[in-house]
Amino acid sequence: MDLKNLESLNFFGPELILTGTILLLIVLDLFVQNKRNLAVLAIVGCVASLLSTFDLYSAQQGWLFYRMVVLDNFSLFFKVVALLAAICTIWMSLGSHEIRRVYQGEYYTLLLTSALGVFFMASASNLLIAYLSLELVSLTSYVLTGFLPRNRRSSEAALKYLIYGGVASGTMIYGMSWIFGMTGSLEYAAIQQALAQGEMNNVALFMAFMFIFAGFGYKIVFVPFHMWSPDVYQGAPTPFSAFLSVASNAAGLAILIRFFFPGISRVTPGGEWALVSGVEWPQVLLYASMITMTVGNLCALNQRNLKRMLAYSGIAHAGYMLMGLAILTNDGLSAILFYIVVYLIMNVGAFLVVAMVANFTGSEDIDGYRGLAWRGAVVPAVCFTIFLFSLTGLPPFAGFIGKFLLFAAVLKEGGEFIVLALVAVANSVVSLYYYAKVVKVMFLDAPEPGDKEFVIACSHFTLLIPLAVLTVALGIYFSPLVLYTTQSLRFFVK
Amino acid sequence: MEHNVLTYMIFIPLAGAVVVLLLPSQSYHLIRWVSAAVTVPPLLMASWLYANFDTTTVGFQFVQKAAWIPAYNIQYFVGVDGVSISMVLLTALLSFLCIFASFGIDKAVKGYFALFLLLDAGMMGVFCALDFFLFYIFWEVMLLPMYFLIGIWGGPRREYAAIKFFLYTLFGSVLMLLAILALYFNTNPHTFDMTVMMAQAKNYSTQSLPFWPFNELRWGFQHVVWMAMFIGFAIKIPAFPFHTWLPDAHVEAPTAISVILAGVLLKMGTYGILRINYPMLPVATADMAYWLLGALGAWNIIYGALCAMAQTDLKKLVAYSSVSHMGYVMLGMASFTTQGINGAVLQMFNHGTITAMLFLLVGVIYDRAHHRNIEGFGGLAAVMPVYTGITALAFFASMGLPGLSGFISEVLVLLGVWQKYPGLAILGATGVILTAGYLLWTVQRVYLGPTNEKYKTIPEIDGREIFTLVPLGAIVILVGVYPSVVLDLLRTSLDNLNQIIIPHLPS
Repeated sequence: MDLKNLESLNFFGPELILTGTILLLIVLDLFVQNKRNLAVLAIVGCVASLLSTFDLYSAQQGWLFYRMVVLDNFSLFFKVVALLAAICTIWMSLGSHEIRRVYQGEYYTLLLTSALGVFFMASASNLLIAYLSLELVSLTSYVLTGFLPRNRRSSEAALKYLIYGGVASGTMIYGMSWIFGMTGSLEYAAIQQALAQGEMNNVALFMAFMFIFAGFGYKIVFVPFHMWSPDVYQGAPTPFSAFLSVASNAAGLAILIRFFFPGISRVTPGGEWALVSGVEWPQVLLYASMITMTVGNLCALNQRNLKRMLAYSGIAHAGYMLMGLAILTNDGLSAILFYIVVYLIMNVGAFLVVAMVANFTGSEDIDGYRGLAWRGAVVPAVCFTIFLFSLTGLPPFAGFIGKFLLFAAVLKEGGEFIVLALVAVANSVVSLYYYAKVVKVMFLDAPEPGDKEFVIACSHFTLLIPLAVLTVALGIYFSPLVLYTTQSLRFFVK
Repeated sequence: MEHNVLTYMIFIPLAGAVVVLLLPSQSYHLIRWVSAAVTVPPLLMASWLYANFDTTTVGFQFVQKAAWIPAYNIQYFVGVDGVSISMVLLTALLSFLCIFASFGIDKAVKGYFALFLLLDAGMMGVFCALDFFLFYIFWEVMLLPMYFLIGIWGGPRREYAAIKFFLYTLFGSVLMLLAILALYFNTNPHTFDMTVMMAQAKNYSTQSLPFWPFNELRWGFQHVVWMAMFIGFAIKIPAFPFHTWLPDAHVEAPTAISVILAGVLLKMGTYGILRINYPMLPVATADMAYWLLGALGAWNIIYGALCAMAQTDLKKLVAYSSVSHMGYVMLGMASFTTQGINGAVLQMFNHGTITAMLFLLVGVIYDRAHHRNIEGFGGLAAVMPVYTGITALAFFASMGLPGLSGFISEVLVLLGVWQKYPGLAILGATGVILTAGYLLWTVQRVYLGPTNEKYKTIPEIDGREIFTLVPLGAIVILVGVYPSVVLDLLRTSLDNLNQIIIPHLPS
C-alpha cells in the first residue's frame, strides 16, 4: 500500500482526532471558566484517538502521504503507549496543586501536541518527518518544562533542555545531511537500497550514524546525552516529568528502532536482522548500554530529591532497554516493547506518588517521606514500594518480567553478550540500594514530631490503585502482553 | 497422579495474609489468633504428607502441574521427594511455632503477621517448586517480607542489617537468574521444568570454554553455570566468605524471624545445591565438590566455631554456631557416600530444630533482661530452673551429645567423609570439640556460678514460651534416639542423587 495524500486521510484517524481535540482546546479555553473541564475534554479526545488506533489494527499496512509516514503494528503500538501516557498524565495533573497555578488550557494543548509528535516519531519513514516530529516533541517539551510561573528551577531546566536539545538535534540533522549526500535520498527504503549496493565510505557512514545517534540518544536519554534529564525532571511540573520519562523515552526508542532496524538493516530469510552496511553500529549500542546503566545507577545512589533520583533511574532503564537493541534480534526488540509498557506503568506510578507527596509537603525531598507509612499514608507507601521494587526488577512485579525477557534475549545470543548480561545484573543489585533507601525512609524510619498526618486527594487513588494492581498482575501473568508486543513487532518494509 | 495438598500448603498462608490485612488493625488478639489458625492446616497437611510419603520411590510425589505461561514453557509445577520432604515438614512446624513466638510483637501487628504469612508461603513454595521460574519467584518473594520484618521490627541497627541481607541475597539471586536462563536455552525443547533439566543433565556441555581465562581449570558451560548457582546458594547457607550478612541479620531480627532465618532460610542454600547443582550439573559437581563443598565446609565449621567463641552477645554466638553447623551439611554433601549425604540432610533438619530452640531461648531471656550480653548474667539456673533445663537440652543437642539429634547427623557426616577425605573428617571432628568449648563456656557464664543480683527476681519461662519449645525438644530427643523417623524419608532419593554423581568423580 503506497497512498497519496487524500487517500491517506482514511488511515489517519488517531492523528486527526488528536489534532481536532487540540484545536478545540485552544478555542474552548477562551470561554470555559472551570479549567478542569478542559482536562476532561483532553481525556475524551485521547480515548477517542485510542479507539480509532485500535480500529486501524485491522487495516492493511503501508505507506501514507507519498511514503512520508508508515502505518504498521509497530507505529500503532507507540500510538497506544503515547495515548496511555497522556491520559495518565492528564489524570495526574487533575489532582496536582502545581498544575492549578499554571495556564491550564495551554498546558493540556501542549501536552497533547507532544503526544501527537510521538505519533509521528513512531511512524516516520522519511528522515525529514523524523526530524520534524522529533522537533515537535522537543519544542512542546521545552515550553512545558518551563511552565511553572516564577519558579527559577523550572526556567533554568527549560533553558538547559533547550540548549541541549538544540545542539543534539542540530548534530542529528547534520548527520542526516551526510546520509542524504551519500545515498541521495531521505526515504528509508531508498536509503536501504543505496546502502545495499555498497560503495559507501564506511568511515563517513559511521560518522553519519553517530551524529544521528546524538539526536535519538538525547530523546532516549543515554550517556553521554543524558545531562539535561535530572535538571529537567526536577524542574518540570511533576506530571509532565512523568510524561517525559515515559512517552518521550519511548518515542526516542521508536524512532531509533525504525531507522536502524527496518531502515538500514535487512530481514534475513530466517526472520532475523542483518546489517546492510559494513558499519558495526550495534557495537556502539552495546557499549552505550553498559555505560548508560552504570552511570545512571551510580549517580542515582546519593540523590536526595526523588524526581532527580527517578531521572537517574530513568537513565539506567534506558541502558537496560538498549541491551535489546545491541543484540540485533527480534527477541530483543520485543523485550524492549514489553519493557516500555511495564516501564510506563511503574514509572508513572512512581511519579504519581511523588506528586501526591509533593502536593502535601511542597517538595520532592526525601525527608518529606519520613515515616510515610505511619502518618496515615499506608496505601501510597505500599504502592510506591511496589513501583520501586518493580523498577529494581524483583519478582513478583512486572519490572522483573521486563528484565527477565531482556536478559533472556541477551543470553540467547551468548558469546560476548554474556558480559553485557553480567553488567546488567550487577546494576540491578546496585539499583536496589537507592530504591530500597526510599522504602526504608517510608517504613523503617519513624516520623518525627514535626511531621504532619497525611491527607490525600481521592482522584489520585483512582489512578494509583489500578497502576499498582497492574504492576503486580503483569508480574504474575504476562502472556497477553507478550503476545501483544510480539505482534506489535511487524514493520512495513516494502 | 495429581495432588492439591502442596498447593494448599503454599497458598493457605498467602490467603491468610490477605485475610489478616482485612482485619481491623487495632484488634491485636484477633490478628494473632487468625494468623495462628492459618498455619494449622499446613501443619496438619504436613503430618498427612509424612504419613503418606512413599519412602521407596525416587520420583516426585504429590505432584501438581499446570501450564502458566505457555509461550516460554513456564509451568506451575510442585512436588516433593526425599530431598525436600524434610524441609517441607520443618517449614510447616517452624511457621506454626513462630507465630506463637511472635505474640509479643506489639508494633504494627497487622503488618507483621501479614508479612510473616507471606514469608511462610514463599518458603513453602521454594521447597515445593519443580519449575525453575516458579522456584525463582518464590525465592525472591521471600526477600521482601524478610527485609521489612528485620527492618521494621528489628533491633537498633535493623536498617543496616536489613539492607545488607537484601543486597547480599539479591546479588546471589541475579547470578542464579542468569544461570537459570543459560540452562533454559541449553535444554531442548526450551523449558523451565526441573525434571526435564535433570533428565538432560548429560546434554549440558563440559567442553572447556574458549574464552574462559583460567583454561588450566578446564571449565566448561556446566562449571560456569554451577559456579553462578553456587554463589547464589552459598550466600544463603552462608558459606565463608559470604557469611557476613548473617550475624547482623540475626542479631537485629526479632526472635521469631531469627528462628525462621536460621531454621528455614539457611537450609535453602544447601537444598538448592542438592536440588539443582547435583542432578542437573553432575560433572561440575564432581569436579568442584572437594574444594567448594568439602574443604569450604570444613573451614566453615572451624571458622564459625572460633568466631562463636569470641562473641559476647548471646544471639551472635548462636548465629555463628549456625555458620559452623551448616559447614557439616556442606561437608557431608561433598562426600558422596550414603552416610555422608544422609547425614547432611538430616543435619539440615536437626539444625533447623536445634537452632530454632536456641534462638527462642535467647529470645526468652532477652524479653526479660533486655540485653544479651553473656557476661551480664550469671547463675540463672537458680532463678529459672525450667528455662535452664530446656536450654541445657538445646545446648547439648547442638554440641552433639549422644542420644540427641545433633549427634546422629554429625556422626553420619563424619563417618561418610572419613571414607573419602580423612583429612577433612579430622578437621570436622575438631569442630565438635570447639563447639563443646564455646557452648559449655557459655553455660558456665550465663547459667552457673553465683546469681547476678540484678536478676534475682527475673520471672520464669511462661507457658506460651514453653509451648513453642516443647515440640522442638521432643523432636530433638526422638530423632536422637530413633533417627529412622527422618532418615527413612530421605534415603532413597539421596542414594539416587549419589549414584548420579559417583560415575563422574575424578578417580
